[in-house]
This record gives sequence, C-alpha cells and structure tokens, in this order.
Amino acid sequence: MEKEAIRNKSGVWDVVKSLVSGARLTMQHFRNAKNRRTPEYVSDENYFKQPDGLATLTYPYEAIPVPDNGRYRLHNEIEDCIVCDLCAKICPVNCITIESVKATEDIGTTSDGTKKRLYAPVFDIDMAKCCYCGLCTSVCPTDCLTMTPVYDFSEVDIKNMVYHFTDLSPEQAQEKQRLFEQQQEEQAAAKAAALAARKKS
Amino acid sequence: MLAFVLTLSLMLLIVVVVVYAERKVAAFMQDRLGPTEAGPYGTLQPLLDVLKLLQKEDIIPSAADKKLFAIAPVLIFVAVFAGFAVIPLSPGLVPAGIGIGVFYFLAIVSLDVIGLLMAGWGSNNKYAMLGAMRSVAQIVSYEIPAGLAILSAVMICQSLDFQEISYQQGAIMNLFPGLEYDTNWLFGIEALGINTTAVGGITTWNIFRAPFLLVAFVVYFIASLAECNRAPFDIPEAESELVAGFHVEYSGFRFAVFFLAEYAMMVLVCLVAVILFLGSWNTPLSNIGPFKLAYLTTGTVGELSGILWGAFWLISKTLVLLFVQLWARWTYPRLRVDQLMHLCWKVLTPVALGLVLLAGIWRLLMV
Repeated sequence: MEKEAIRNKSGVWDVVKSLVSGARLTMQHFRNAKNRRTPEYVSDENYFKQPDGLATLTYPYEAIPVPDNGRYRLHNEIEDCIVCDLCAKICPVNCITIESVKATEDIGTTSDGTKKRLYAPVFDIDMAKCCYCGLCTSVCPTDCLTMTPVYDFSEVDIKNMVYHFTDLSPEQAQEKQRLFEQQQEEQAAAKAAALAARKKS
Repeated sequence: MLAFVLTLSLMLLIVVVVVYAERKVAAFMQDRLGPTEAGPYGTLQPLLDVLKLLQKEDIIPSAADKKLFAIAPVLIFVAVFAGFAVIPLSPGLVPAGIGIGVFYFLAIVSLDVIGLLMAGWGSNNKYAMLGAMRSVAQIVSYEIPAGLAILSAVMICQSLDFQEISYQQGAIMNLFPGLEYDTNWLFGIEALGINTTAVGGITTWNIFRAPFLLVAFVVYFIASLAECNRAPFDIPEAESELVAGFHVEYSGFRFAVFFLAEYAMMVLVCLVAVILFLGSWNTPLSNIGPFKLAYLTTGTVGELSGILWGAFWLISKTLVLLFVQLWARWTYPRLRVDQLMHLCWKVLTPVALGLVLLAGIWRLLMV
C-alpha cells in the first residue's frame, strides 16, 4: 500500500499505482468475506485476533456476550425477598413500587436464612423509568434483586415495561389482607377484653 | 415478438442478478453481510425491493409538467431497452441484425439524455433540474471518448454490424457471409505471418487482434461508467450525499422504472464492451494443436449447442465486467466536477483521438 499521499501533480504512473492499490485493498476484503467474526466475549483470546472477514453478527441469532457486571434488566427473586422496601427508597427515579402486608403466620425463610415477615401484594418495577444505576441491587439485604444480562426487551406498549414480580394473585392478596385485619381485630378485641378485665378487678 | 420477450426477460434476469450482486459485493467489500433475511442468503431481496416500490403511492407534484413527468421514465427505459435490440446473443441469434448496429446503438442510447432532461425539467424542482443538467453534461461529454474508442474498434473490424464484429473475433469467422476468405493474423500484423484464423479463442479477440485496443477498451470502460452515472462518476446522483439528482421527485413505479433503466444501461454498456473488445460470444479457449478447444466450446452454429455456448460466454464475460463496475464503485471516491471534465476532455478524448489514428495505421498492417 502507498504510504505517501499522492501529490496533486504526480505522474500517470503514480495515479495508476494508487488506483491499483485501492482496488487490491477492496478485493482483499472481498476475498476474505468467506470468514466470519465469531461472537466471543472480550476476554476470549480470539477476540482481538479476527482482523479479517465480515464483522457483522446476525444479531437476533448471534450476539457478543455482555459483561458479568453489566447493568441491564432487573430481576427480583420474590421467594428471597423480605419486602424491606430499601430498593424502593434508594431508587433515584422511583421506578420501584412496593406494597406490603404483614403476614399472620410463619411464611418461612429466604435462601440465606433471613426470616420473611411480609407479603408483597405489589412489587412492580417500571423498566421504562429505570436508569440502570444498580443502587437497588447493592442495598438489597438478601441479594434477591439482581441485574440480568438481558438488554433487548423493548415493547410496543409502554405498559408492558412495568414488570410485576409479586407471587400473589389479587384474590390471595385480599385474603392475606383480610387475615391480617382479622388478626388485628382479634388482637384488639383480646386487648380490649384484657383491659376490661383489668378495669373490673 | 419472441425476440422482444426473450430480450426483456433476459435483461430483467441479469438486472435482478446485478442488483443482488451490488448489495452483496458492497457488503463483502465493507466487511458486512448484506441481505440475509429475504430468502436463502437474501436472494429474494431485489424482488421484494421491486414489490415495495410498486406498493408505494405514485406522487406527481402539483406544479410539475405532468405529461413530461409521466413520459420521462418510460422514454429512458425504452431508449435503453431499444439498445438491446442489436446485441447478438450468440451466432445466429440476434433480436435485430441490422447492418449499422453500432451506429444505432450510439444514437438510441443518446436518446437517454432527452429523457433525463424531461425528468429534470418536468419535475419543476430546482434540484431535479440541476441534477438533470449535470447528468446530461456528463453523459454528453463522455459520449465523445466512448464514441472514439468504439470508432477505433470499428475501424479495425471495418464493420458497423455487431454480429459481423462478433464473428471476426472467433475461430468460426469464415462462416459469416462476406468473411469467407478473411484471415486473422497474430496481433493483426500480417507481416508476422502467423495465421490465427483457425486458432480462435483469445488470440482473435479484438484486444489481442490489435493490442492497442486494450487501451481503447479501458477508455471505453471509463467513459461508459460515466455514461451510466456510475461511481466514481456519480456526481449527478450521489446517492449517499445528495438528493437523488434528476429523479428526486419520482416515487413508486416511476422510480422503479428509472432504477431498472439505470441497471439495464450498466448491462448494455458492458455487453457492448464485451462485443467490441472482448471477443463477444466467442470462447476464450483456443484450438491448440490437436485439441480443438475453440470448436468444442463454440458448439454448432444454428443449433441449440451454438446458442447456449454463445449466450454462456457472452453473459459470463458481461457479468465479469459488471463485477468490475461494482468493484470500482465500492473502491474509488467520487470525482469532483472539474476533475470529471478534466478527465474527459484533457485525458480520455486526446487518448481516444490517438487511438483512432493508431487504428487507421494498424488496419493497414492487417491487410
């Protein structure tokens, strides 16, 4: 290939040489078109060793893997969630909505042994609002809220960008609410009865 | 009528192949994949492009000159398509075997220019008008070196008949009525005393018969690139930067016709280059000693084998030239207007004039 730029008034021969070198360059790429780039992660030793061949990946079918610590779509493992509301509090864009109902009975522990005391009738994350800062994942005490490698989740209807993570159906949630209120009433009644008994004596 | 249908379908087939090849070649040269989704390896892409264009609304600007606007694309296509009439496809198969084919070709292709002006003027749009004027200025200028290069080949062949020129460049020259007693000499120089009439193959191609025609071929090829507004001479259109020149106001079916005409023009100029310089439908293989490769790969004139071999060689050579056109397009940057005119008037035209002079002298050596 020509190192020097072709001067404005150079001879025919220089021009022909430069034309040929250009044609040779494109021909070289044309001939290398049988090679394809492979979709490998940047840490793969082959990643920087593919200077020739077609660079395009047929995206939905092939994709370069994303980094492990990349920040993409949120996922909440509701089984492990203690509904502490820390994520919703720290969220700078208020994209997490949580409602909680106190459990009336023992509802088990998370996988790391923390006791669960609350139901979450609503645990919504609006991914359209999310700014992918990752603060919620770092405050999560049970590590149930995580960033997944999924980045291609556009939707036609923006309502579908709100992800519902609750494991309770509305009826179940109402039932839990009713149970909780019933328990409260019972406790209040018991308290009132105890008070009345104490007043009498 | 049969010739009309045959030529039209053949032309459409080659155009479809070229449109697909254009996208694939461009992609490969730029390390991309090109169309992959429509059909196997994206082969249905050109068809789908046409379908898309046909679905579009046919817009005629309210201020346009409606008649000119409507006729222009048809006229351009007809002009280019009429050029195919004189192209001999194989020995014994030519849609219209007229004796002044080369002259007719030059004349009918020049009609293209009127269509361009009509489109530019009829659109009543300053960009279209300027685009058309630049396009026409370029085509008219480049017709001179192209015409002179063709003239030098015609002077060597002493004929304006594409079929006679074709016969002269092969081993079966003596089968053509009027050429029964002609001989081909190596490099066209009789004094060398090497008779190549029966050798055929590449030794009787015009670029070999009169080696200076190789230069004429290059001049013609460059000028023909400019004539069909191809890169690196696509200033009038400049798809990537400008509004599309003279056809900026066209959409839908009319645009499809322009598109078709442009690609048909590419095919036509390549066919003419092959016929005039690269041995037309003749095989590149020569008769060497006992191996009659030239006769073997020519077939029998007038029979199916002759037609198929002829069409095969002509079309494959044309496709090679078309590939070179695409290759040039995706390699070289566009010329500036002054460089374009400099190349035409100060380089190609003097060279072509010299070639015409040389052709006259060479012709004297040949007989």
